[in-house]
Amino acid sequence: MSLTEDTPTPKRPSGFWSYANPVKFLGLSERILPAFWGLAAVSLIVGLIWGFFFTPDDFRQGSTVKIIYLHVPSALMAINAWFMMLVASLIWIVRRHHVSALAAKAAAPVGVVMTLIALFTGAVWGQPMWGTWWAWDPRLTSFLILFLFYLGYIALWEAIEDPDTAADLTSVLCLVGSVFAVLSRYAVNFWNQGLHQGASLSLDKEENVADVFYIPLLVCIAGFVFLFLALVLYRTGTEIRLRRARALQAREART
Amino acid sequence: MRALLTRDLMLAFRAGGGFGLGLAFFLIVTVLVPFGVGPNSELLSRIAPGILWLGALLACLLSLDRLLALDWEDGTLDLLATSPLPLEAALSIKALAHWITTGLPLVLAAPVLGILLNLPTPGYTWLVLSLLLGTPALSVIGTFGAALTVGVKRGGLLMSLLVLPLYVPTLIFGAEAARRGATGMDTTTSLLMLAGITAGVIAIMPFASAAALRVNLR
Repeated sequence: MSLTEDTPTPKRPSGFWSYANPVKFLGLSERILPAFWGLAAVSLIVGLIWGFFFTPDDFRQGSTVKIIYLHVPSALMAINAWFMMLVASLIWIVRRHHVSALAAKAAAPVGVVMTLIALFTGAVWGQPMWGTWWAWDPRLTSFLILFLFYLGYIALWEAIEDPDTAADLTSVLCLVGSVFAVLSRYAVNFWNQGLHQGASLSLDKEENVADVFYIPLLVCIAGFVFLFLALVLYRTGTEIRLRRARALQAREART
Repeated sequence: MRALLTRDLMLAFRAGGGFGLGLAFFLIVTVLVPFGVGPNSELLSRIAPGILWLGALLACLLSLDRLLALDWEDGTLDLLATSPLPLEAALSIKALAHWITTGLPLVLAAPVLGILLNLPTPGYTWLVLSLLLGTPALSVIGTFGAALTVGVKRGGLLMSLLVLPLYVPTLIFGAEAARRGATGMDTTTSLLMLAGITAGVIAIMPFASAAALRVNLR
């Protein structure tokens, strides 16, 4: 708290940083939210229907291959949500913008759900393909660890009452957690050989998912990205209003 | 710095509870495992390195909430924060004291408990070596967890949730080294990785711990 008050008022920022102002942020997010919801809905509906009904069955995997349209995008977003939280936490630590801290807080539950979807669809997919719901494969294991990190992060937010203290501590946890998440990823690689296939979307690889599956997959990924953005913006707005309501209550109680 | 170290050690030895408790917990965990998985000595000797590492890790975790909480309550931490000694150094010393009172006894007790679990003979050296290299990392990471949750009432459970995922790399490489050692395989890589993690963690984590503690002391 004192940190923000000590600094002399800078001249009104323009461009990207001006959206650190909650009012401006809310204004912008209210304007673009409908577009994001719409884009998410359209690309998810198109991508999923295209993927589920208008792609051929894989000659080895049959129709189970179609779970890829949920599995890959959710797994991608699960990792990117943490990455977004890391960036937001860094911005909070460096520039002390409350919106940034609240965005990190808002992204965490979305990230957890994405992780859960990826784990669940992976299990459902793994059962007919590998003959097991779960294997201690490096990718699966590191996702489970990522899930634990999310839980710890959310629990820390919940446990601390003072919002600024909570934002500071969770930011530090997010930084340290990122380092350890990467470390765990390499450690589990060393610890066990994998059952999971390699990356299916890397740009520098010759063997990717076949083109028939590729384009609807990209549409689904776009849908998940927009869904994530819309959810985070929406939840950040909720957090901002919640905090404003608390401030009003506190002022009310004082008089 | 030395005064802080001796103070922490004296407190741990004299106040009771902290010092013996971790060891006793380690013993109990080791005794409970055969009840859980059956007394088959072949099975036990196969899982012994992992069980001993897990037991040491949990015993280490158990004593963490005491690491800063008592000093927080009586205001010692505020004095430490305002003293000329950097908070990073103070926390490193506290982690060292924690390791001497918890980690080191665990390392020394592990071979004895290895007998209970029928650990294969070549495994003893590697078990002790891997624990010796790995437990400092547990103490240092644990100090970070303690610094994060020191202001939280009944933060013990929360701290476990935060600290245990951070323990994953250390546990993997430590248990891997002990397991490979017990089966007569080459342990160099895992021991080097373990030592690397410990060295890196000792170098970096005190800064994170001090940052978290400063927030809590604000």
